[in-house]
Amino acid sequence: MKPMPSSRNRSARPSDVLAGRNETFAAPSARRLLILGGIGLILVGMIFGDIFAVFVLHQNASRVGASLAAASHAAFAGDHAAVANYFQDVAGFLENRGTKVDTHAHMIAFGYLALMLSLLAPWMSLSARTKRRLAWLFLCGAGLLPLCVFLIHYVGLAYSPLKSIGWASIFADLGGLFVIIALAGYLYGLVKHFFSRERAAVQDQLPADSSVAGRLLLAGGVFLVMLGFLHGSYYAAVDLYRHEALDYSILSQVSLGAAERNATAVDSGLAAYGQLQGEKAVNIAAHAHIIEFGVLSILLAFFQPYVDLHEIWQRRWALVFLLGSLLLPVCVLLELKFGLIAGGLADIGGLLVIVALLAMWIGILRHADRLDAGDAT
Amino acid sequence: MSGARRLLLAGGIALALWGMSYGLWYAVFAEHQALEEIGASLSTAFSGAAQRDVAQSAIALLRYRESKYVYDRQVDVHSHWIGLAMVLIVLGLSFDKLSFSEKTKLWLAVAFLAGACLFPLGVLFQVHDRGPLPRILAISGSALEIASLGVIALGLARRQSSTPDPHPQPEA
Repeated sequence: MKPMPSSRNRSARPSDVLAGRNETFAAPSARRLLILGGIGLILVGMIFGDIFAVFVLHQNASRVGASLAAASHAAFAGDHAAVANYFQDVAGFLENRGTKVDTHAHMIAFGYLALMLSLLAPWMSLSARTKRRLAWLFLCGAGLLPLCVFLIHYVGLAYSPLKSIGWASIFADLGGLFVIIALAGYLYGLVKHFFSRERAAVQDQLPADSSVAGRLLLAGGVFLVMLGFLHGSYYAAVDLYRHEALDYSILSQVSLGAAERNATAVDSGLAAYGQLQGEKAVNIAAHAHIIEFGVLSILLAFFQPYVDLHEIWQRRWALVFLLGSLLLPVCVLLELKFGLIAGGLADIGGLLVIVALLAMWIGILRHADRLDAGDAT
Repeated sequence: MSGARRLLLAGGIALALWGMSYGLWYAVFAEHQALEEIGASLSTAFSGAAQRDVAQSAIALLRYRESKYVYDRQVDVHSHWIGLAMVLIVLGLSFDKLSFSEKTKLWLAVAFLAGACLFPLGVLFQVHDRGPLPRILAISGSALEIASLGVIALGLARRQSSTPDPHPQPEA
């Protein structure tokens, strides 16, 4: 087995450090559950997001645009029954899109939270059994919520006792409740630890690790988050209110044009509306993705001691991860200008992130296997 | 564990919990109604246009603008509180790597936590007050976030530049 990267704590003996790491990562521990479950959730969420981006997103946007155009032309022709039908279609397409975006976003966000909780586990004054049960509760909720959100569009209001909320929504909310209960339990454990007078100093080597791959991921992650913050503030200052005003004025132009039977106003308004929606979507997607990848990069930096791969491969996967993390949001931003080429490159960026994450996950699984086989030292 | 680190970790988890509870409340009690209102008002606006009723169409579009404005902010508040909570937690875990005094780190943590709370709060207040105050609050919160993150990046860079490679390559 390759030697574990050394700790910054020079006074601790390497065997003690290793034993400490392995103790917190032991077979039934909450930390192991949360790390493997968390990265698993992120991987599934990202693969789902890539499939959604390639096969659903653009097609769905086209259908929304086509239905809105059809509704506008129906209004132009004075057919208000057709207008209502076309808007029903728009609502259906938007719900389809919204639930898939929510599935993707929530699954990944819960994965991040699981990784963070695994890092905080040593500071929680709870029994190992309670931590483990809370980890299972968290993972069940984190799986249930996105799955049921995905089903909302297909289940609808079938057999629902409520007027506007279907069974899929109810179970999604139940999943959210599981997550909140687990999180509240962990918070209680942390607060109990911090307010305990006779608390012992916690020795956890993970946050102190300073392998080259870990440092690369940490520095790269902070850089990505910073870029995302700057882009978000630029968007809020320059485009946000302008986009909101345009959204209203373009729709006014289209509806007024239809009422006054002005075909030019309707058609130019529809073209401008499509352009506006595209601009909004790429800015929001770039902002969200670059910050999320930055946070994930910082998180992965902490887990490098558990990634049982040769050090050179740890570095390579860290670089691949950072490359993909930068490529995806930048190319998403360029999609309006360069179209499908930029879109394809963005998908490749997403794929690089997924492959690098999968490699690290396999490395962590290898470490867990060796630990279980008693080969960790 | 240093005070700054403790503040960021406990503050981050509390903020995540708060943001999730807010999202749960919003999803159960307000989101479906808001989405229905957005869809219905837009549909009414175009039906009004089909009936050549410009006044009805304009009123419905104003309703659409209002409900969309509120909906966008509610979703932004939920996602930003949780997103910033995650950034607080991960940076809290790296806080011991910063090359600053404990006092500076504590002030930095206070500023970062304050920004993470205030920025979405300012956005939320925009739902109730269209004046400049909520915007100023949101801008101040985000400026605090960016400035604190910049200082954190600086602290990490200083530390990294002064940390020797733990695995030096053997000389050939």
